[in-house]
Amino acid sequence: MSAPIASLSAVEVDYARGRALGPFDLALAPGEIVALVGPSGCGKSTALRLLAGLEQPTRGAVSRLAGKGETSVVFQAPTLAPWLSARDNVALPLVLAGTGRAEALAAADAALSKVGLGAALSARPSQLSGGMAMRASLARALVTRPRLLLLDEPFAALDEITRRALADDVLALAAERAPALVFVTHNVEEAVYMARRVVVMTPGPGRIAGEVAIDGPLQRPAGFRTTETFRTAAEAVSTLLAAASERAA
Amino acid sequence: MSRILAPLILITALLAGWELACKALAVPAYLLPPPSAIWEALVASWPLLLGSAWATLSTALLALIIASLIACGLALLVSLNGFLEDAVRPIAVTLQVTPLVAIAPLVTIWAGIDHPERAVIGLAAVVAFFPIFSGALSGLKSVDPDLARLFDLYGATPLQRLVRLRLPSAVPALLEGHKVAAGLAVIGAVVAEFVAGSGGAQGLAWRILESYNRLQTAKVFAALFTLALLGVVLHAAMEALERRLLNFWRGR
Repeated sequence: MSAPIASLSAVEVDYARGRALGPFDLALAPGEIVALVGPSGCGKSTALRLLAGLEQPTRGAVSRLAGKGETSVVFQAPTLAPWLSARDNVALPLVLAGTGRAEALAAADAALSKVGLGAALSARPSQLSGGMAMRASLARALVTRPRLLLLDEPFAALDEITRRALADDVLALAAERAPALVFVTHNVEEAVYMARRVVVMTPGPGRIAGEVAIDGPLQRPAGFRTTETFRTAAEAVSTLLAAASERAA
Repeated sequence: MSRILAPLILITALLAGWELACKALAVPAYLLPPPSAIWEALVASWPLLLGSAWATLSTALLALIIASLIACGLALLVSLNGFLEDAVRPIAVTLQVTPLVAIAPLVTIWAGIDHPERAVIGLAAVVAFFPIFSGALSGLKSVDPDLARLFDLYGATPLQRLVRLRLPSAVPALLEGHKVAAGLAVIGAVVAEFVAGSGGAQGLAWRILESYNRLQTAKVFAALFTLALLGVVLHAAMEALERRLLNFWRGR
């Protein structure tokens, strides 16, 4: 395995109400797709914020090969600025980094077209549906060509059909530029479908309960959800998750 | 339909009852004039009332502009520094809970006896200041925390954070603050004129005082009615303006 693009080594995070995470280890190979799965309050989002550099661990070390400008985060809500058009929202990371406006807008338009929003460039967030807003948020995350893409329950607020379509879109976009991708989810099926490696976490404080590796082509073929590989992996994740939740209760 | 019809029926009934009661009980006109007499007073002196309404309105609007400039500037300054905010807050609260009427004499002295209109503008501005100040301050702090995290992630400078995140985030609260402040500015202008307006002022409050001193009660009511109408129109206008600007901000 080549040098990890980001890693957490024996990190622990304490909040006022007690320990939220750790000790916890995770190393990400370049281009690797990892899902963090676990019951509520297991520190999944905290782990993600550590990887993003948005939070510092109380103990332990975080190392990141991907610099600040090379890391992108997508939150559960689209988190678009309501006063900006879709293209201005997507251009924002580039503008903040000092890229010229014309160049930033051109890149934003290209990124929006790629996620299927080429016809909604000047729409405001209030004019976009939930799925469209999430796509715009994804375009904003990709516009900087990140080496590390972090998704915090990005599809949780969407309906099943939109979820599945977006999952395929994320995989297609990830295959193109191959950033390391970590996403947090409650949904076992989604985790197994998208990730090459599913890390199941236990709550209170968040630790690793187990890992499940999933083989198969990165671009999931149609009907992948009905294959033996998928079913075996989903069952393994569910078993780990059930044990983790039991320990929580 | 009933939202227009229902109050109309009630108002008509009340006015009719008022008129009949005045006639039947032979109430003296200086005590309670019948609506018909008030209407006559309104018709007779409407050019004067209109001029006074304009005086009150322009005073209130000027006070609103002054208050807005000072409140927004101060809120911006204070929001940049937590220490400054802690320092200013108790003073602002103390000033806010002090009744306007109580500080009117002081402001009148400072404005100069020859310039009661300045005192009125100043007092109206004091009342209009607080909703704008607190609206601006809470607006500047009401940033979506995830959006703020993204600005962290993208390495935004403090200036970028202010101009591209905090100022635009503050717009809805700022608009709300200005709407409330406009209504208060009118109230402030009227109260201030009662206290400070010794002849030099020409607003609606002065019309009320003048008529009251002469026991022309119908004229008092006429000025009162004009004042109420001014308040309603201003409120509706500010609400429409707020909705318009908010929709522009949201892109609707």
